[in-house]
Amino acid sequence: MSLKADPVVPPTLSLTGRLATTLALVFALGGLAVALAAFAYGRHAAQQSYDRLLIGAANQIAESITIHDGQVLVDLPVAAFQLLSLAPQDRIAYAVLGPDGKVITGYDGLTPPPKGQSFSNSTFTGDPMRLAEVRRRFAERSFSGTVTVIVGQTTRARAELAWQITRGALVAAALAGCVIVLLAIFAVRSSLRPLRRIERALAARAAQDLTSIDVAVPAEIESLVATLNRFIARLDRQFTTMRTLIADTSHQLRTPIAALRVQAELAAGEQDPERLRTILSRIHDRAAGLGRLTDQLLNHALIIHRADSAPLDAIDLRTVAIRAAEETDHDLFSTGAELELDLPEEEVPCAADALSLVEAMKNLAANALRHGGAPVRLFVRATPEGQVIGTRDSGPGIPEAHWTDAATRYARKTGVSPRSAGLGLAIVAAVARAHGGTLRFAKPAAGGFEVAIHLPPASAPPTQGAAQGLAQVPAPGE
Amino acid sequence: MIRLALVLILFALRAGAGPLAPEAVAHYGPAGAPSPLLVRGTTDIALFAPVLRAFATANPLVRIDYEQWGSNELYQAAAKACAGLFAAADLVISSAVDQQVKLVNDGCTQAHRSAATTALHEDRNWRDEVFGITREPAVMVYNRRLVPPAEAPRSRFDLLDLLRPEGSRYAGRVATYDIGQSGLGYLFAFADSQQATTFGSLMEAFGRTHAVATCCSAEIIDGVASGRYLIAYNVLGSYALARAARDPELVVVAPEDYTLILSRAALIPKEARHPATAGRFVDFMLSPAGRQALRATRLIVDPPDLDGEASGGGDGRNATLLRPVPLSPVLLVGLDRQRRERFIALWRKTFQQP
Repeated sequence: MSLKADPVVPPTLSLTGRLATTLALVFALGGLAVALAAFAYGRHAAQQSYDRLLIGAANQIAESITIHDGQVLVDLPVAAFQLLSLAPQDRIAYAVLGPDGKVITGYDGLTPPPKGQSFSNSTFTGDPMRLAEVRRRFAERSFSGTVTVIVGQTTRARAELAWQITRGALVAAALAGCVIVLLAIFAVRSSLRPLRRIERALAARAAQDLTSIDVAVPAEIESLVATLNRFIARLDRQFTTMRTLIADTSHQLRTPIAALRVQAELAAGEQDPERLRTILSRIHDRAAGLGRLTDQLLNHALIIHRADSAPLDAIDLRTVAIRAAEETDHDLFSTGAELELDLPEEEVPCAADALSLVEAMKNLAANALRHGGAPVRLFVRATPEGQVIGTRDSGPGIPEAHWTDAATRYARKTGVSPRSAGLGLAIVAAVARAHGGTLRFAKPAAGGFEVAIHLPPASAPPTQGAAQGLAQVPAPGE
Repeated sequence: MIRLALVLILFALRAGAGPLAPEAVAHYGPAGAPSPLLVRGTTDIALFAPVLRAFATANPLVRIDYEQWGSNELYQAAAKACAGLFAAADLVISSAVDQQVKLVNDGCTQAHRSAATTALHEDRNWRDEVFGITREPAVMVYNRRLVPPAEAPRSRFDLLDLLRPEGSRYAGRVATYDIGQSGLGYLFAFADSQQATTFGSLMEAFGRTHAVATCCSAEIIDGVASGRYLIAYNVLGSYALARAARDPELVVVAPEDYTLILSRAALIPKEARHPATAGRFVDFMLSPAGRQALRATRLIVDPPDLDGEASGGGDGRNATLLRPVPLSPVLLVGLDRQRRERFIALWRKTFQQP
């Protein structure tokens, strides 16, 4: 383990910073939109209300028109002008036009709104003016035609009202914005609280505590906590493996080393060359056994470690059998039995860690060669229940009463023999577990004894999988 | 040289326009000042001199030319000046407030804003372009020598009662403005017609008793003083009070049913050459010193029984009695060509009844 001086990963923008930036952006855009909308609305509302005044005044003037001896008489009503005075700072222009367009009374030179419209915008001695038009038709004996009333007013009050409405809307929007900001701050703080809870829970726990985090968290970060918990569990398993390895190693190595020492002491005190040779031969056997034991212990640790961490590749189970057969050293076995391969024609694809499976098969092959009867076979089968890889021999095998605990460590009462540490089946069982499969014993009807790893069908890669490395493995039947 | 040319043009314009010329002219301040402040007003020089002199004293560098005009001529001059056809004044002060409002409405004026104008009641300030300077009631005047105290009219109802009996000795001896000739008379009559139904009764009574409609304040008051008329109706208070101060036989009455209050209106024309100085003069007239000078010639009247601000302040009872003529576009109605012709026609018809 190496110590890093400083974390080199630059800190990303804080959550609060991100939220603040997003909110500021949202508020800036929203505020702009609200301001524009408020201004448009204010203008519209002011326009409407003061247009009504104009039309009202024009209607009152139109009402006051009478026909007398064929003449149009306008009795300009004071009420109309009082109505217009509701915009107290605005100048007024008005005109009553006869059917010929001539001014009957009022201001000369006012342009009526375009045909078909009641309102128009114009100017009145330098100021913008809004004009309204009302028409009244007369059909008297002495007069027939349309009299047009035009009333105009400068736009000071409109602008003022529009600005007032806009200002009011903006103030309301600003207040709402403030409230939303406060709520947002509250929401951010309260949603970040579970993270602090996890942080406190982690900070408070003891260094050796590798139990899972048990803190109530919202659904959004539940997966984070679950991932964290999975990580902690793996850590816990690896620690346990390490502890087991150390315990196993010390337990298994102590006896053979003690025996070696005793033999060595015997050799030191022996004068007879014949007996000395015998003792040396025993020491050699013991040392070789110790070497194998050490191999097996390290293999076991390695495989158990790999089982937890190595990714599963898409492989052909037959290659596992072939490699295991090639790497098995026949000469080590005094029985001199031959190892035969029993493989199907078709490929047997599955997702597995080749290295640990090969080690497991080597163990099984060694057991069969050592204890079983010839012929010894390494076989691979594909069944509807999954893939099977194992060994078969014609010996009596393990008695059925011992099947359940055969795969546990130190199963054999004899403990450690000079040639085997008795760890073989434990390693195979661990590999099977790591692949989600099982180690099974069987006495087939044809006779003999069968030990095999049964892999679950799920470990077979899907026919049209997209996982990496899958392309090398043609689907069954192709 | 330029000035000479200007003067020549001015004279040419005046000659061409015929009657567009002041009735009288007065000068205040240093004689040699190059560019005098030209003030045109309808107020008699005698009544307006104190405030002009006070301003000249307070501003020793400013020379003021005051021209006294008839109200209709003054309006025409201002309207022509607005169209660029006549030399504009720096300040126009007229008792024909409706015409002043029309000048503002037609965009012939410029705004002047100061603490004094902002403090004015809205009835006396329209658009910061026309300002009510004075406070003059429309009054009745009678001759103490000829009207016994028991018959002294205190309201329009009293006047109606005096005219009601068959063969009343007041028949033919009540005088008022001829609204066809006097812009002020028209303004008062139009305001009366807006105020109360007594106007119709008065018209009817005036017509029945052959009341006299004549031209001017001075003539009417002279008639009352000489005994030719017994009662004068709707006379401008400033002239009546000034005259009554000299003639103890004249009694001035503010009608108790309601009293119209006129506030002479000042405005600064758009083409004024000294708008800032004109604005200062407006502020001066609204200041305590200016009001004091106007009060001296009764252009601001505070009758003891009608105290409180004429612009509508004071307690409720007085406020309902004092009816200021507000500076608002509503006054344009009275100036409408058709409406004015018909109103005057109705008036003449009434006064020419046999």
